[in-house]
Amino acid sequence: MKAAEFDYARAADLDDVFRLLDGAQGEAKIIAGGQTLVPLLVMRLARPTLVVDINGIAELSGIAADETGVTFGAATRQIDALEAAGVARHAPLLKKALALVGHPQTRNRGTIGGSLANADPAAEIGLIARTLDAEIEARSSAGGRQIAADAFFTGAMSTVLSAEECLTKVRFPVWPGRVGTGFEEMSNRRSDFALVAVACQVAIDKAGVCTRIALGVGGAEPVPVRASDAEKRLIGTRLESADINAALNTLAETLDPLSDVHASADYRRRVAVHLAARTIASARDEARA
Amino acid sequence: MSSHAITVTINGRVYRATVPARMTLVDFLRDELRLTGTHVGCEHGVCGACSIMFEGRPIRSCLMFAAQADGASITTVEGLAPEPGGLSVLQDSFWETHALQCGYCTPGMLIAAHALLMRIPNPTDEEIREAISGNLCRCTGYKQIVDAVKLAAERLSGKNQNG
Ligand code: FES
Ligand code: FES
Repeated sequence: MKAAEFDYARAADLDDVFRLLDGAQGEAKIIAGGQTLVPLLVMRLARPTLVVDINGIAELSGIAADETGVTFGAATRQIDALEAAGVARHAPLLKKALALVGHPQTRNRGTIGGSLANADPAAEIGLIARTLDAEIEARSSAGGRQIAADAFFTGAMSTVLSAEECLTKVRFPVWPGRVGTGFEEMSNRRSDFALVAVACQVAIDKAGVCTRIALGVGGAEPVPVRASDAEKRLIGTRLESADINAALNTLAETLDPLSDVHASADYRRRVAVHLAARTIASARDEARA
Repeated sequence: MSSHAITVTINGRVYRATVPARMTLVDFLRDELRLTGTHVGCEHGVCGACSIMFEGRPIRSCLMFAAQADGASITTVEGLAPEPGGLSVLQDSFWETHALQCGYCTPGMLIAAHALLMRIPNPTDEEIREAISGNLCRCTGYKQIVDAVKLAAERLSGKNQNG
């Protein structure tokens, strides 16, 4: 498999990126880590006339973490995010998910922003962005905008980004208080694409009562989704097994999974409910500890 | 299609070439430089046979274009042996434990294991399995590969005097 012909340009800075994108009549693609884009190119599922390389742009990589949020330059490598002390401390849910993104060789090239922009339904980083209500920054020659994660994904492999925009930053807010996290995924082989992945973050008060919860499901529907009904039912409970099981009945009813060669919709639904129960319990135990 | 003049250091030697934009790094290594030790299987990032060390980290060379490697430093499987025709301790351990049959996956496995041992000199079985999780082997069942990496770790840390 060989990619169709294209022109390649290494951008020196963001203005260079905008100039190149604006000049390509919507036919340009940005390459960062290339771990999703190159397979699409060699299978000729994507046929851009121009590939714009943003790897050399210093302002697009880097991690800033504090008590309020963790911000990544879009081209920050997944391995650097996985190994950053600030991520472990302030975004433990993201760290758990990053350990399951691809393989060592793909994490060494793959980027945080590239995973978001390519929007594979099974991608862990997009699931965490949706679960934690991350804010995504995109810029173009016309200026910049902030996009909430729940408005970012429009379908499998598609987002609200225009062909002239470059994803520049993503910020994961940090929750105050006693917080616990859980992440689980099911795949055919270790580190393979998730058939279903579930992420959960909870906050509890001194009495162990849940004051806040985010429960996200990836790989099931074309875009990562939140189990909002289940979340509402769990707030105010002590997150005991009976509370969890009762709340997850609503997830089984509302989730509308994909059916494909890897797994049926029904299988994905059952797995999602099981994994959700596990992640809520482990998030609870972590918050209590 | 644009073409690009690149300078790449591979196994300590500097190579200069002009490459078309769509040429992948693995095709450049194998077809242009005749460094055929690096294998190519799936060509889309699934099998790991094309693994190389790029700027000190293992990556898949089918998921990069050669034009992107300008200025980079690379080690391929040819660069692991101490001298032409010789074997590194890791390579010799693969031989010792029967960690290869057809040999298709072997260059990628060696790179993945080499990268692991540079980072973690005495890895656990779990760490070894994680390090090679992106490399498919259709022959061995992986057990002997894990054994080989363990043996190499023992030999390199001086624990196994038979090494
Ligand atoms: S040839 Fe590169 S991963 Fe298969
Ligand atoms: S030895 Fe044949 S694929 Fe691994």
